[in-house]
Amino acid sequence: MNERFEIPGKLKKMSFALMLVGVLVLIIGGATLLTGDATAQTRFWIVLLQNSVFFLLLTVASIFIQAAASLAQGGWIVAYKRIPEAIGQNVWIFGVIAMIVLFYIVFGFNVHGHNPIYHWIHPEGDAILEGKSGFLNPLMFAVFTFITIGLWSYFGHKFRSLSLQQESAPKNSTKIYWTMVKWSAGFLLVYALTQMSTTPWMWIMSIDAHWFSTMFSWYVFASAFVSGMAVILLFVGALKNNGYLQLVTKEHMHDLGKFLFAFSIFWTYVWFAQYMLIWYGNVPEETVYFKIRQQGPYAMIWYSVFIINFIMPILILMSRPSKRNYFTITFMAMMIIFGHWLDFYIMTMPGPLGANWSLGWYEIGVFAGFAGLLMFVVYKTLAKASLIPKNNPLLKEAILHES
Amino acid sequence: MAIKKFAVGCYDDEAVLFPAVDKVRNSGYKLHDVYTPFPVHGLDKALGQKDTDLHVAGFIYGLTGTSTAVGFMSWIFTSDWPINFGGKPHFSLPAFIPITFELTVLFAAVGMVLTFCYLNQIMPGVKKHVFHPRQTDDLFVVALEINDQTSEQEAIDFLKSTGTVETSVQIAESEWWYGRFDKEEEYEKLNPAV
Repeated sequence: MNERFEIPGKLKKMSFALMLVGVLVLIIGGATLLTGDATAQTRFWIVLLQNSVFFLLLTVASIFIQAAASLAQGGWIVAYKRIPEAIGQNVWIFGVIAMIVLFYIVFGFNVHGHNPIYHWIHPEGDAILEGKSGFLNPLMFAVFTFITIGLWSYFGHKFRSLSLQQESAPKNSTKIYWTMVKWSAGFLLVYALTQMSTTPWMWIMSIDAHWFSTMFSWYVFASAFVSGMAVILLFVGALKNNGYLQLVTKEHMHDLGKFLFAFSIFWTYVWFAQYMLIWYGNVPEETVYFKIRQQGPYAMIWYSVFIINFIMPILILMSRPSKRNYFTITFMAMMIIFGHWLDFYIMTMPGPLGANWSLGWYEIGVFAGFAGLLMFVVYKTLAKASLIPKNNPLLKEAILHES
Repeated sequence: MAIKKFAVGCYDDEAVLFPAVDKVRNSGYKLHDVYTPFPVHGLDKALGQKDTDLHVAGFIYGLTGTSTAVGFMSWIFTSDWPINFGGKPHFSLPAFIPITFELTVLFAAVGMVLTFCYLNQIMPGVKKHVFHPRQTDDLFVVALEINDQTSEQEAIDFLKSTGTVETSVQIAESEWWYGRFDKEEEYEKLNPAV
């Protein structure tokens, strides 16, 4: 049984190549876009915002699944527990990147005296934005972002260190297990007050500052959670391909597949609920958000998002054999990550860029860079401890798991 | 409807039941069924039963619900009784989605419950022979089909060798039938063991 993980050369090279692409694209982008006109500069920053927030939220989803499994006393997750732990441990890296990007956009980004991404920075003369300035102002934004990212990073680190302590604890001791339950309850509270309510309002919804939707955070959560599960599944698959994680069987993959399927449906439910209420109400200040996305220049992306994130999962993932097949499940995990990345694209781009959107070398390159960074840091963390959470009271249940 | 002869063995422990089921399947006797007071995990695999196709039926019922809802609402709102709701087009799909969803769930749920009852032969009024009154209480009951060529004594001895606590030979209806208890005296006369 391979307990100690050593990063296979192929994966290491792949993550370095992806990171190199990201860095190169950032340098070329900085040289060409940042010296260009207002649209080019806005494109440079909004793509960074989209990707850093997307990757931060999907890594935080790993902390959430640990907390949820711990509170529900879910045993099956223990078989590959080190992977969500390693992703959670590295939340701070993506948090710091997102914080730099967000703080620069709020405090440093300025084109001809106004902020093309966050209009609420200068609310003077706009009655709606002045009315929202109690919540949407730079100081509130800074404090809130700092506290949110700090708490997420702390919990990600705490969960992993608790789980590692369990290995050296006396045999059959459940003390740390119950400590973990308490911390999990705390994290759910933090998560509910940040990711599930206020954070997406501040970081993403405020790009379209005049528009609001009370369902928006749930919708972002569904997007982030399903792509977070897809990322965990891809890591499990990659490790199994290299001969690690023999304890993870088709039964565990089947249950991960169920998560992908169920939360794709959940995403569609929230996505449609938000859309339909606004479509039915037909109030101009609300429908303007969907006008540009559904009927305007973004129509193609809008329908691709729907097809990739709903039609494909429901048709491909519904049957039992396809959830137990490594090829279909890995393929669908990749499609779902791409689909939800496009979903974040369509949340962020239309506000600042309007019809001048582009999906080219810069967007794909930045995405590749973030993906490479995620692979590199997670593999590095995985190599630091045993892959099997020995001494965990639920380990036996995880091994015997049948879905 | 077929009256058959059964050799019946009762067990009081799961740990005895599983090897016994294995032995019966390897012995060549025809296993009629196994009755347990509660769902026993892994027994379906031990009996060699294949996975149910109930979920395929569910998918078809769901599709029926979806097409019924979309088709019916489209017909009503475009040709049968078109009404202008707030300037929306007559065929406005987003407004149909909630009802389509509900009908999909309703058709799938009701259809699957009825199919489940059919597959398991449970319905109000449907009767099946009970091999041992304690099979719903604390005994695991294994029924073997035997015929005139089979030696009753050999079958019973074989069952005893697998660790039964009780055995019997019964002549009973093997399928379900529809009936009421007050009309079953004739059947009971046939089978005094009940």
